[in-house]
Amino acid sequence: MRFPKPTKLRTLSQIVFFFLFLFLLLRTEFRGSLTASASEIRLPYPVSLFFQFDPLVAISNALSSHALYRGLLWSMVVLIPTMFLGRFFCGWICPLGSIHHFFSSFISERKRGKQLIDSNRYKRWQTTKYYLLIASLVAAVFGTGIVGWLDPFSLLVRSVGLSILPATNHALRASLGVLEHSRYPFVQTVSGALHFILGALLLSFKQPHFRLGIWLGLIFVFLVALNFRITRFWCRALCPLGALLGIVSRWSVLGLVKNPEHCNDCNRCLLRCQGGDDPIGGVPWHQPECHLCLNCVDECPEHGLRFQFFPGQKAVGVDLQRRKVLTGLAAGVAVVPLARSTSGFATERHERLLRPPGALDEEYFLARCIRCGECMKVCPNNALHPAFSEAGIEGLWTPVLVPRIGYCETSCVLCSQVCPTGAIWEITEREKGWSVDVARADKPIRLGTAFYDRGRCLPWAMATECIVCEEWCPTSPKAIYLQPVEMIDATGNSKQVKQPYLDPSHCVGCGACEYACPVQDRPAVYVTSVGESRSRTNQILLNRRKG
Amino acid sequence: MQSDSIHLSRRDALVKLLRVAGAGAGAAGLGLWLSKHSWRPEPALAMAAKRGHTIATDPKLPEMAVITGDDPAQLTRQAVEELGGIRRFIARGDIVLVKPNIGWDRTPEQAANTNPDVVAEVIRQCSNAGAKRVIVTDVSCNDPRRCFQRSGIAEAARLAGAEVVLPDPAMFKDVDLQGEILRAWPVLDLFLNADKIINVPIAKHHSLTGTTLGMKNWYGMLGGPRHLLHQRIHESLVDLADFVRPTLTIVDCYRILARNGPTGGNLQDVILKKTLVAGTDPVALDAYVAKAYWNLEVSSLPYLKMAANRGLGTYEFEKVRTQIKTL
Repeated sequence: MRFPKPTKLRTLSQIVFFFLFLFLLLRTEFRGSLTASASEIRLPYPVSLFFQFDPLVAISNALSSHALYRGLLWSMVVLIPTMFLGRFFCGWICPLGSIHHFFSSFISERKRGKQLIDSNRYKRWQTTKYYLLIASLVAAVFGTGIVGWLDPFSLLVRSVGLSILPATNHALRASLGVLEHSRYPFVQTVSGALHFILGALLLSFKQPHFRLGIWLGLIFVFLVALNFRITRFWCRALCPLGALLGIVSRWSVLGLVKNPEHCNDCNRCLLRCQGGDDPIGGVPWHQPECHLCLNCVDECPEHGLRFQFFPGQKAVGVDLQRRKVLTGLAAGVAVVPLARSTSGFATERHERLLRPPGALDEEYFLARCIRCGECMKVCPNNALHPAFSEAGIEGLWTPVLVPRIGYCETSCVLCSQVCPTGAIWEITEREKGWSVDVARADKPIRLGTAFYDRGRCLPWAMATECIVCEEWCPTSPKAIYLQPVEMIDATGNSKQVKQPYLDPSHCVGCGACEYACPVQDRPAVYVTSVGESRSRTNQILLNRRKG
Repeated sequence: MQSDSIHLSRRDALVKLLRVAGAGAGAAGLGLWLSKHSWRPEPALAMAAKRGHTIATDPKLPEMAVITGDDPAQLTRQAVEELGGIRRFIARGDIVLVKPNIGWDRTPEQAANTNPDVVAEVIRQCSNAGAKRVIVTDVSCNDPRRCFQRSGIAEAARLAGAEVVLPDPAMFKDVDLQGEILRAWPVLDLFLNADKIINVPIAKHHSLTGTTLGMKNWYGMLGGPRHLLHQRIHESLVDLADFVRPTLTIVDCYRILARNGPTGGNLQDVILKKTLVAGTDPVALDAYVAKAYWNLEVSSLPYLKMAANRGLGTYEFEKVRTQIKTL
């Protein structure tokens, strides 16, 4: 048997890891089980696995928290081999890289022949990613996880999980709906079967919606579309993980050997070069840019290129300019103080900055959260959304609970289980403490406190019976209690209604009341962050516990 | 000056003109046709689907059975037996819908959902009677995936051989409930296609009506903004009960949620009564359970009288033929 070509193996590896990633992302959803009545619900797959193998997340986590959150040690499995081999991860494993690779393979009007060859020569702007890396890691030292804005897995989960997949789900359901309402029984049967298959593979249990979803999707589409001009622009110029792996591959012992005597300047190695690392003869090879895709070896008609250990040829390392390094350093130093000197973080917190259960106090939370969207994807009630302004500019795309769209389910702790960095620290249902007498519980997690808008509340303002908020209140005793009162309605008749009041010692801020309130557009009961258990200062009562 | 003149033959010119004329005529025709079809969009008329699922009364058999004992499944068997056996209710080939309360993300011990053993035994009985399909469903309040799993009902029902259906948005149909205050509402279509409907609620405390029992369980067939129903709860309950008219009702009082209903959560709210109350008169059942466990008189539950006036049953449960048994 002939050994398959290395590039074929690489493609196979890319496909396998891409589909593994997609599978895990699709399973970042509690789908319910008819076979298990286990009261403690966990996801059957380690859905945030890719983050644990991400050295960039690990280093940022270590710099900002002075520790490594569970599982992040696995990133050494990527980091250490890269020191010996180079950026194999970018060329063989990274699913975002594979997406860019795929879309780069289309030849466009502006990217063919000579233009294509020229565009694949090493360019100075490819070093932008190193400065971005420097800035985001320096910022991490100052206690922020903004590296997640650019981390490839954060970007991918956020874009695909919160925008592309929900849109796909919408399109598929709409199409299936048309087919299922067909007047022909045959079409109905086929679409029913199709629905079953898609339901098992792809469809969400219910249509998810995310704030800012379209913008996350457009950013992603834009980054992918750049490949039609410049092959893997993201990987070459922007990806901070690629930059990190490029820097550590400085000492790599695997390298490209060029045989100049074989080279007849046909430029074919440049045709399919992914990294823009100049594999062609006559110029030095840019080792930190190379993705080890092996296309050049495959392409060379004279067999003049090969990879070998200890190549014995000089290659160029990371091509940094001192001024730009200093700019990156300065940017990293400035970003956190600048963001936090604005009101919002220390003073004048946004009243709707409701964080998921288990979230650390804001300072620690912002240090760890990489804005990846895993928690938002997994939330069964679609309650978590990427923040726009609630958490200040630094908190862009961090998770906030939006009770009008979904409340925090009493016994659910899935967001804390998928969080890769411990921004939402892993908790159990017992630690959440909502299924016992909250006022007597040891330290129940509280997300905030509910308040009434009596001008909009039916029993308060309209002499109309309601009590839906009390019905939904999940604590026991309930945080919402009722007082019967005699009211005079518009016709002058006396009428008894029950008016709701809130007992802050029992309220956990889950938002079920706000979610269920029949005053749809601006609910008569709403949750604000004051009283959240993660904060010592954002409190109203001296002592919230009773008894 | 040189001009690029084109020599067009007469034939080509004619063909070209005809083509353009054809496209123009087509556009005009389509426009005319579409302009005749412009109506102000109205929601599709709700379909009328009202039909009873009740069976004929039998003066020799009790109308209500109150069975107390240790094993929920055995209680269920005995209750059905007292009422004349499952074959009285289910015919061979029936499509049976079993409607437990699976409203909340709670475990069986917390008594916010129907006891899974009771549900499973009802399913087995129906299968034994030769039912073609036994379907178990509910429109939950909390996330249905969690409710179905953690209530233990999904697993128990599946093992007992039922089809467990988590409602999908596509499964609701606009139905005219033909009630006094409830007209067009989205109803889960499984309720429209069943031959027999068995109501298996759990007895719980509720702040608005004192208790939530059998008739309140029909909230769980509706989609739409059902939080509005609370504003006229009694009329709503009667309208729903009038629409469904179940074959059989089994009120699960094995564990009752005495306080903090309908969600509960705290085991201290749960009282072990080890009793099932089954029967064919939904009004009498609700009246009996409300009196027996919450000491609520008919006067404090206006919906019972309204239901009786509508001919759905009698609230005078003392006058109903009742079989009380302790196993």
